[in-house]
Amino acid sequence: MRITSALSVSLLLLGLAVAPAAADSSPTPTDSASADGDAPTQAGTSFRTATEVEQGQTATASGSTGDYLYWSFPADAGQRPTVKATVKLPETHAAQTWQVDVYDGLRRRQSCQYGAQTRNAAADSSSVELACTLRTVRAWSETWANDPLPGTYYVRLTAVGLTTADLGLPVGTEVRVDSKDIGGSAAVDGSLAEPLVPGIAVKSEADKDGSKDSAVLSAIEPEDGWSSGWWSDRWVWTAIGGVLAALAGVGGYALTRGSGRPHRVPPSA
Amino acid sequence: MITRKRLAAGVCALLAALTAGIAFPVAAAAGEPTGGTAPQVDLVLDVSGSMRTADIDGGTRMAAAKRAFNEVLDATPEEVQLGIRTLGANYPGDNQKTGCKDTAQLYPVSTLDRTEAKTQVATLSPTGWTPIGPALLKSAGDFTDSASSKRIVLISDGEDTCAPLDPCEVAREIAAKGIGLTIDTLGLVPNTKMRQQLSCIAEATGGTYTSVEHADELTDKVNQLVDRAADPVVTPVATEGAGTCATAPTLKSGLYTDREEFTQQRWYRVDVDPGQELRASVSVGADRTVNPSYGVLLRAVTVHGREIVRGEGAGNGRTDVISTGLRYPKADSDDEDAPAETVCLQLTNSFSAASGVKTTPGLPLELTVDVVDAPSQASDVASFGLGRGWWLLGVLILAGFVAGLLWGWLSRWRVAVWRTN
Repeated sequence: MRITSALSVSLLLLGLAVAPAAADSSPTPTDSASADGDAPTQAGTSFRTATEVEQGQTATASGSTGDYLYWSFPADAGQRPTVKATVKLPETHAAQTWQVDVYDGLRRRQSCQYGAQTRNAAADSSSVELACTLRTVRAWSETWANDPLPGTYYVRLTAVGLTTADLGLPVGTEVRVDSKDIGGSAAVDGSLAEPLVPGIAVKSEADKDGSKDSAVLSAIEPEDGWSSGWWSDRWVWTAIGGVLAALAGVGGYALTRGSGRPHRVPPSA
Repeated sequence: MITRKRLAAGVCALLAALTAGIAFPVAAAAGEPTGGTAPQVDLVLDVSGSMRTADIDGGTRMAAAKRAFNEVLDATPEEVQLGIRTLGANYPGDNQKTGCKDTAQLYPVSTLDRTEAKTQVATLSPTGWTPIGPALLKSAGDFTDSASSKRIVLISDGEDTCAPLDPCEVAREIAAKGIGLTIDTLGLVPNTKMRQQLSCIAEATGGTYTSVEHADELTDKVNQLVDRAADPVVTPVATEGAGTCATAPTLKSGLYTDREEFTQQRWYRVDVDPGQELRASVSVGADRTVNPSYGVLLRAVTVHGREIVRGEGAGNGRTDVISTGLRYPKADSDDEDAPAETVCLQLTNSFSAASGVKTTPGLPLELTVDVVDAPSQASDVASFGLGRGWWLLGVLILAGFVAGLLWGWLSRWRVAVWRTN
């Protein structure tokens, strides 16, 4: 009997040690796509014409100071995207202020948790680097909330402060989006029937009709499709919790049994 | 026997999965966007006297422009219909009135005959005035196809010499016609006044302005702009919002444009069936100089005037648009033929025109409406009500342990009672 209880206690300890390891290993890290060969080399100039970029791709574009450059990328539930932008400035210029803004599929501006979203470039500096880390994308949120939801995200890069003499000077830009997978701690109940991709209603209608010749606002999708939203490591945690509770129950029961027989009962009984 | 049946079923399922896997990409390819009507580009070239100045890579501005045009004509994608218009190419005199009418179509907007177009470009020699405004007006009429995307690329080396007609206002007027036109401007060796004027023209239509100092830059930029025109984009549908919900137009899923004056309200209606979600987003463009603080408010309101949800956007500083959006899922109804709810969308902006800036026509706005299936309602904050973390494990273990102890004591007590009896 002693052996059994000792065994159950050690199993408990083992369970405690294994649980987080099993739970934490379940989310797959974002595929850092090495497919930079077909990375876009243009940028759009409005929400409507935003160039689609995949996460992990480095998109480049040449533009002019004063342009508003737009890209769009897909972000799925559980991801925390970080947008990084580099602007290569011309050799001579006055001091400028550059800014990167991120908007969601409903064109609502999304706040950055951290990162230098706006930066001043001193006169004649050669480049300026900007970054913006969004909040974790949630599978569902209240209608009245501004939480990031799965779907298309827009990046707008522009100079917000510049002198007239600097208007139209050639600049090179580079934009890259990477995501950290937050996993089960951000898993929420509920899900969107359709991701927040602009024009998705028009697109599905066109698909039904079989008409081919319609351009769409956003044809964006993550490499492995939108997640269905039912899996999270919470299943692992809860299941392991259940097993451990059962073991603890057996252990507790065993403790009350002592050597196996109530000691007041004579051995001959 | 049973094993064999299971095996057969498994093979069937595998086959079905494979077929689905093969069939799917084909379906996906069918939905891909392809260009609808041919995109149209009109290159507007300044051939005024000042183009004779030799300050681009040692050659004249005209030589640089001609070289760029030749290279662009070679690189133009097949699907793009390209035209060329000149300004100041024919009248060398001093009469401003005549000089300011001097704009001509060198090559009509049509499927490109490269040799023919090049021959035409070769005949150009710098001559007259710089009537940018009139040239833009004429150029807007050069486009033949109303449904296609249109782009004017204006290449100039001096500011407009045809005051009082402000080319910037001309551009805004053209854009307000709702023909979906973008004007990109390129300034050859620009000065401050020219930069302001050309970037004002570009801003008024959502285009871009570029300064050019070298011949290569000119070629690259024009090529880039022509390529940009070739990208298929969704053409918005022009609509006109009303002053009240009752008289507002009813919109279906799609992309719309409209104009909204400063301090004006715009109302639209959308029908939403039970079990559907309305998604609306709007961006109001700042196509002229506006004061640095601004905002936009989009409200979804019932026909009785109760606000359902709102989207707000605000900002300050230099911007092209200010945008916001909202979504409204309508709960499912048990009643099969429950009527669709009419949701009124009210749009207001808090832009204010900088002093001396004309307030008409209104600011351009873009509205996307999507009516999709509604999301599932969440009954719990956590995913499926599941838990996670060390506290959860601790609580479960403790609860299990206590339950085990109680159960053990209970059974011992029962055995003891049974023994005593």
